Amino acid sequence: MKNLIKTICGISVFALILTSCGDGGKKASTVDATKKQGFVKCGVSQGLPGFSNADESGKWTGIDVDVCRAVAAAVLGDANKVKYTPLSAKERFTALQAGEIDVLSRNTTWTLERDAAIGLTFVGVNFYDGQGFMVRKATGIKSVNDFKNGVKVCTNTGTTTELNMADFFKSKGVKYEPVVFEKADEVVQAYDSGRCDTYTTDKSGLAAQRTKLSKPDDHVVLPETISKEPLGPVVRQGDAKWEDVVRWSLNVWIEAEEYGVNSSNVDSMKSSKNPAIQRIVGAEGTKNGEALGLDQEWSYRIIKQIGNYGESYKKNIADTGILPDRGPNNLWTKGGILYVPPVR
Amino acid sequence: MTFLQNKFERIDQYLNDHPKVKFILPQALLLVFLFSIIGYFSFNASSNLAARGIDTGFSFLKNKASFDIQFSMIEFDSSMSYARAYLVGLLNTILVSAIGILFATLLGFFFGILRLSSNPLASGLATVYIETLRNISLLLQIFFWYFTVLRLLPSAENSIVLFDFVYANIKGIYIPKFVWTNLNYFLYGLIFTFICIYIFNKYANNLREKTGKQLPKFTISLGLLFFIPFLIINIFGVGLEFSYPKLDIQMGIANYIGGISIIPELIALAFALSLYTSTFIAENVRAGILGIDKGQKEAAASIGLTNNQILRLIVIPQALRIIIPPTTNQYLNLTKNSSLAAAIAYPDIVLVFAGTALMQTGRAIEIVTITMLTYLTLSISISIFMNWYNKKVALTER
Repeated sequence: MKNLIKTICGISVFALILTSCGDGGKKASTVDATKKQGFVKCGVSQGLPGFSNADESGKWTGIDVDVCRAVAAAVLGDANKVKYTPLSAKERFTALQAGEIDVLSRNTTWTLERDAAIGLTFVGVNFYDGQGFMVRKATGIKSVNDFKNGVKVCTNTGTTTELNMADFFKSKGVKYEPVVFEKADEVVQAYDSGRCDTYTTDKSGLAAQRTKLSKPDDHVVLPETISKEPLGPVVRQGDAKWEDVVRWSLNVWIEAEEYGVNSSNVDSMKSSKNPAIQRIVGAEGTKNGEALGLDQEWSYRIIKQIGNYGESYKKNIADTGILPDRGPNNLWTKGGILYVPPVR
Repeated sequence: MTFLQNKFERIDQYLNDHPKVKFILPQALLLVFLFSIIGYFSFNASSNLAARGIDTGFSFLKNKASFDIQFSMIEFDSSMSYARAYLVGLLNTILVSAIGILFATLLGFFFGILRLSSNPLASGLATVYIETLRNISLLLQIFFWYFTVLRLLPSAENSIVLFDFVYANIKGIYIPKFVWTNLNYFLYGLIFTFICIYIFNKYANNLREKTGKQLPKFTISLGLLFFIPFLIINIFGVGLEFSYPKLDIQMGIANYIGGISIIPELIALAFALSLYTSTFIAENVRAGILGIDKGQKEAAASIGLTNNQILRLIVIPQALRIIIPPTTNQYLNLTKNSSLAAAIAYPDIVLVFAGTALMQTGRAIEIVTITMLTYLTLSISISIFMNWYNKKVALTER
């Protein structure tokens, strides 16, 4: 009987300890944690050419990857100090919520539901996209209005794509069959083999995946865009300091292009007479870094090591033949809709 | 300290005087402890989720799902709720598990008995079948059927035609659909037939026990099974027509319309699950049959039973006792393994609910909990049924 009483006491003490450790103290800022661990934890796709794609040697490139590299350059001083975690569409938000990654830069569409309901914050847009359809040229389909009942549509699970196509086909009154896979490669394979009549995802994605088909020239992306897909980096809600660092790394990267600052002229631009340029490159006497809790060279390093947005676009998306035409992703001064708040 | 000692002794004394309390108290305390741990974790999770601005709760289930599902046994479209999507996923999981269990059992019995055959070719064949399939990862087998075998099928325009009414192509297999008239009468008739057969069998058994007279039970039952429905079909005008799948080409896209379409994902999954699990069941069957003493057969033969009767009345009932418990495990495995469906786009509960719905709502904890409870319920239901059956065939000791 003594044993029983001892056990009960033991259990109560254990329970007390459990309840007392509650949800712990305030978490340290992600900026400090990142400096401490020495790398940026970045969530990317499992392979989307132009956006985030690993080559044979495991080196990641792409316009989404450059966002993480910019953050690493700003916070840690070296754009290569990034740890990439490839995530499926389904895993990405949970990975961010759980702290497995600190920035999600994975062609992710900014929507109200995602921004408001799941504890995440979108910091900006690094690519304006829209959903489209790819079909076989041989079918003679010229427009999305040519789809008829029974059409089989391949796509990825866990994306806004699934919702957009439901809305789209419903509005057209067409009965369709969605075939949804978890991995983009499986979608491509299924479409290529003839399991589906059409493949739908963001148009940039279609252009990129088309290069993986066995005969890319037999396929065509239809002209219509059925949705708005502003893609951008995401962070956890509630860490304003980290959010600001990611947002302004993105903004300065884009604004550098606007003022013609690029990786090759950034050094000479330090002595520019234009105050806006001086602020962008962090010349003497500007105080932007301080406001973000970083040093004065943060933006200089981004441009020096990664280049400006235009350079990234050209290298990753235009020169690879994915989308040579910048379309909406051109600067607002050049007929596009890229317009970022001023770095000042 | 002595004060505490005294208190303890008094509690001790009290417990010794009340044996019932002494018996129940530790268990009640353990229960309270377990509940407080569960309560603590759920409280902790919900407060942390709230702190991070993540919505929680199960109210999302009645929200509009706004996505579509490729294949469902009940009506579903994007304007229906998440709860309905859950039901679609659940039914699809049950469908593929049921098909899998049926074929795994049939194939398992066939190959299990074949492996015991005295013909070396037959037993060798069974050995190769069992040892190959049970030693390859199930996911690989699913990929094999889906990405290799079914992808070899031709396009819809050049479908393979079987018996003029089954069409197989890369988009699926299309079979005629039954179109019934007065189906109700036929179903009622069928129920009536089964009741008749049951009553007749009871009567025949009674007769045998009382007088020792053997009626040809099987033949008469079979006769009833055909005769009564035949009468009903003719009297009530039950009709059956077929709706055949037709090739329909619109805007260069060829699809079969009408009939029933069986999607390749279901076929691949059912194939892989049945073949893989059948090898384990085959081994159970072999173990069951080998586990029966030779003396049993000899004893049965010595009291004049025919070979058929020996197998039916002596060997199989005893073998079942050995076969059923491990086979129950295989049924459970098959059901749980069906969650690999997500890898090949078969819309089971994992793909539809723990996949798309989880993604669209971000309610990871709630959805994963529901999904886990669902598998638990499915498994327990199978266990309960199989245990009931096992008890029925178990050795009754008097």
